[in-house]
Amino acid sequence: MTTTSKDPVLVVLQLSGGNDYMNTVVPFADPHYFDNRPLLQLAEDDLLKLDDNVAFNPSMGPLHEMYSRGDVAVLHGVGWAGSNRSHFRCMDIWHTAEPDEFASQGWLGKATRQIDPNGENPVTTVNVGQGLPRALVADGVSAASVANIDTYGMLTSVERAEIRAQMLDRFAKMYAPAIGRGPVAEYIAKTGMDALNGADQIAVAPKKYESEVEYASNTVAQRLRDVAMIHMADIGSRILYTEFGGFDTHAAQGVNHPRLWSEVSGAIADFWDDLNAHDAADNVTMLVFSEFGRRVRENGGGTDHGAGGVAFVIGPNVNGGQYGEYPSIEADKLVEGDLAPGMDFRGPYAAILDDWMGIDEREIVGGEFERPPIFKN
Amino acid sequence: MADRQEVALMAHLMRRAGFGATHDELEHLVEQGYEATVERLLSPESEPDINEALLFRYLPMTEYITAAEHAQMNWLYRMVNSPRALQEKVSLFWHHVFATGLDKVETANTMHDQIVMFRRHGLGNFRDLLVHLARDPGMIYWLDNQDNHKRAPNENWGRELLELFSLGVGYYTEKDVYECARAFTGWTFTGKSRGLAYPPESWRFDYRAEDHDENEKTFMGFNGNFNGEDIIDIVVRQPACARFIMRHMYSFFVEDEPEVPKWPNERPKNPEAIDMLCEVFINSDLEMRPVLRTLFNSDFFKDAMYKKVKNPAEIVASTLKMTESYNGPNPNWGLLALEPGTMGQDILNPPTVEGWHTGGEWINSGALINRVNFVAERLRDTTSPGVRAMARRVGNNGGTMATGTFVDRCLFEMGLDSVDDETYGQLVSQAENGGPIVYGENGEFEGFSERVADMLALIAGTKEYQFG
Repeated sequence: MTTTSKDPVLVVLQLSGGNDYMNTVVPFADPHYFDNRPLLQLAEDDLLKLDDNVAFNPSMGPLHEMYSRGDVAVLHGVGWAGSNRSHFRCMDIWHTAEPDEFASQGWLGKATRQIDPNGENPVTTVNVGQGLPRALVADGVSAASVANIDTYGMLTSVERAEIRAQMLDRFAKMYAPAIGRGPVAEYIAKTGMDALNGADQIAVAPKKYESEVEYASNTVAQRLRDVAMIHMADIGSRILYTEFGGFDTHAAQGVNHPRLWSEVSGAIADFWDDLNAHDAADNVTMLVFSEFGRRVRENGGGTDHGAGGVAFVIGPNVNGGQYGEYPSIEADKLVEGDLAPGMDFRGPYAAILDDWMGIDEREIVGGEFERPPIFKN
Repeated sequence: MADRQEVALMAHLMRRAGFGATHDELEHLVEQGYEATVERLLSPESEPDINEALLFRYLPMTEYITAAEHAQMNWLYRMVNSPRALQEKVSLFWHHVFATGLDKVETANTMHDQIVMFRRHGLGNFRDLLVHLARDPGMIYWLDNQDNHKRAPNENWGRELLELFSLGVGYYTEKDVYECARAFTGWTFTGKSRGLAYPPESWRFDYRAEDHDENEKTFMGFNGNFNGEDIIDIVVRQPACARFIMRHMYSFFVEDEPEVPKWPNERPKNPEAIDMLCEVFINSDLEMRPVLRTLFNSDFFKDAMYKKVKNPAEIVASTLKMTESYNGPNPNWGLLALEPGTMGQDILNPPTVEGWHTGGEWINSGALINRVNFVAERLRDTTSPGVRAMARRVGNNGGTMATGTFVDRCLFEMGLDSVDDETYGQLVSQAENGGPIVYGENGEFEGFSERVADMLALIAGTKEYQFG
C-alpha cells in the first residue's frame, strides 16, 4: 500500500441523540413551522439566512460564514423510509448503511478494507473518543481508537527502556495470529498488534503539532483538535471519526440546542482554520450527521424522536449550496408526525465513497441511490 | 490447601458474582463450599456493610457528592471493599440495563441515589424494581418524564420503558408507546438544585395528580384508566419481558450475547438456559434471587469460565483487590475512579440510554492499551501487600524452580487456568531470559518478587486475561 499526503481524507463528526433539523436549518418562510413550534420557534430577524426560505439557527454564525464562502453543502431531508425512532436502531442503520436487516459491519470499516486490504497501516482509520463506533467495524479491519492523544501507548509506565522493549516484543509475538480460539480472541490479538504499531505512529502527532488556532475547551472542539493533529501528522490516516452527544432534546431545547450548535459550529470553523493555516485542507472533506431529525410538533419544551434530518458536507472540494428538498411540513405530508425523508442517506454515502474517496461504493451501500452532486468535478 | 480446580471454580463465581477475591478469601470460601457461598452471596444482609463512616471520614466528598468522580469513587470503593459483593455486581447489572447518564442528569448525587436504589432493590422483585425505577428522579430527568404532561405527552420514558427496559423492539406498537406515556403523565420530581445547595440536596419523586391524564387508555389490548403502576403490571406479565430480562442476565453473568438490537433476529447462545431462567423467574413471581440461585448453581454457568470479556469496572476493581493496597480510604481513590472511563466505561455516565456495547466491543486499540497499562502498573508495584503475597505463594517451597512451574503459578495467581501455546511459549521464554529462578525469604526475595511482578504484568497483556 502506498499513500501520499494528498490522498483524499474523510472526517466524520457524528452528532448523537437526534439533532432537531427544523431548528438547525429553519424553514422560516413556511407558516407551518411557526404553528408547530409555538414555544421553540426562532424569530425570523435573528436567523442566519441561506436564501428566502431557509436559514441557520442564530448560534451557527461560524458555519454560516463558511456557507457563504461556498464550503458547505446542506443536505435536506436525509434519512430512509420506515424509520423506527429508536436511537439504537437508527444509529446502527447510519453506521451499517443497511436499513432493512441487522448488519454488523460498518460502512467505513468496509471502506477501510478497500483502502488498506492487508491491514498494513493500523492508523488508516482512527476514532477520536472512547469506544469504537460500529461505523468503523468490519471483519479483518482494526481501527485505532484514541481517547487521550497525549498518553497513547502500551506500558508507558515501565521506566527502563530495555525492559519495556522486551515486554512489547513479547506482546507482539503473543498477538501473532491465533487461529481456533474463537472470533473474539482472534479479534483481541489483532487489536493488540495494531495497538502496538499504531501507538508508535499516533505518539508522533502531538509532538509535531504547532498551531496558532485556539480551540475552545469543550468536548467537540478538543476532539476536532485531536483529529487535526492526527491528520497533520501525515501518518497515512484516511478516515478520521469523532462523536459529540447531547442532541436528544426532549426537554429544555430552547437553551440546550443553541448551546450545542454554538459549540459545534465554532469547533468546525476552528478545525478548518487550523487546516488552512497549515496548508492541510485541500484533501479533506467533512461529513456531519445525526441519527434522526426530531418530531415536527414540539412537546412543550422540547421535541421527540422523529425521522428526516439534515446532514452537512464541508470542505474546499465541495460545491457549496443546498441539495434535495426541504420536506413538507403540511400535516398530510408528514409520516406519523415526522418529516418524510426525501433523500436516502445512502446517496450522499455513495457520493462520498465514490466521488470523493475513489472507493467502489457498491458493496458498501448495496444498491443505486440518487447521488447529490456534492463534489467539484 | 484446597484443590486447584475448586479454587478455580470459586474464582470464577467470585469474578462473576462480585469483583474477584484474593487467594486467601478463595481458600476460605472453598472450605465453606460452593452452594453455601452462593447462598451467602444471595443474602447480603447476613454480611456486615462496609465501614462507610471510615470512608466518609477520610474522603468526605464520597458522602457529600457534588461531582461525577465523587460518586464514582464511592461506588468503586464499594466494588473493591464491600463484603456484600453480589449487591454491588447486581447494581452494576441494572446500571447496564437501565443506563442513566451524568452527561444529561448532571447532578452526581442524583445518579448516586439511583445506584443506592439498585443496591436496595436490585436483588428483590423485578416488578417492584421497575416501579422504583419509574419513580427514580435521575431516570425521570434522564428520559424527560418531568416534561410528560397531561396536555403534552412526552414519549421518551414511555418508549424506553418498553424498548430498552422490559420488552425489546417488536413487542409493542407506536400506539402502546403513546398510551404508556399518557399513563405516566404527572410522574415528576422536586428539588432540582443543580449543585447549588451544599450539602447537596436529593431530588425526590413527586406525583402531581392535576397533571395526570385521567382518561381511558388502550395499552397492549387492555382498556382502562391506567396509571404508571398499572402499565408496569401489564408489561411484566408479557412473556417477552421475562425473555428479555433473562437474556440480559445470561449475557451479563454467564456468556456474552450479541448486542441487544440483534436479539429479534439471533437466537440466544443457549436457549435452554434462557428457558430455565424464565421458568424460575415466572414461577417465583418475578423474584430475582431464585433466578440468580439457579443461574450460579447451573452447569451452564460453571462451564462458562472465560466466556465473557471483562468489563472495565471488573478490570479495575479486581486488580485493586489483588494488590490489597486499597482495603481502606487513601488519597489515590480520586484518580482510580476515573480509570474505568479511560477503558470505555465511564461509570454513571453510559454513552446513551442503550448503555455500553459489551463483549468484544469493549476492546479497541485505545481501550486495550489502557486495560493492559492499568493492570501492569499496579502489579509491577512490589511494595503492595497483595503482590508480595502472590510472590510468596509463587515461591512456595523455596529454592530454585523450573520456569514452567513459575509461569503456571503466576497464571494461577491471575485466575487463568490455561492459555494458548503461543502465549505460554512467550511467557516461559521471558522467564528463561532472566536466568535461574531462585526464591528466598531474605536477600533474594526482592529480586524474586520483581520477577513475579514482571510476569504478572506480562500476563495482564495477554488476550486470555481480557476474558473472565
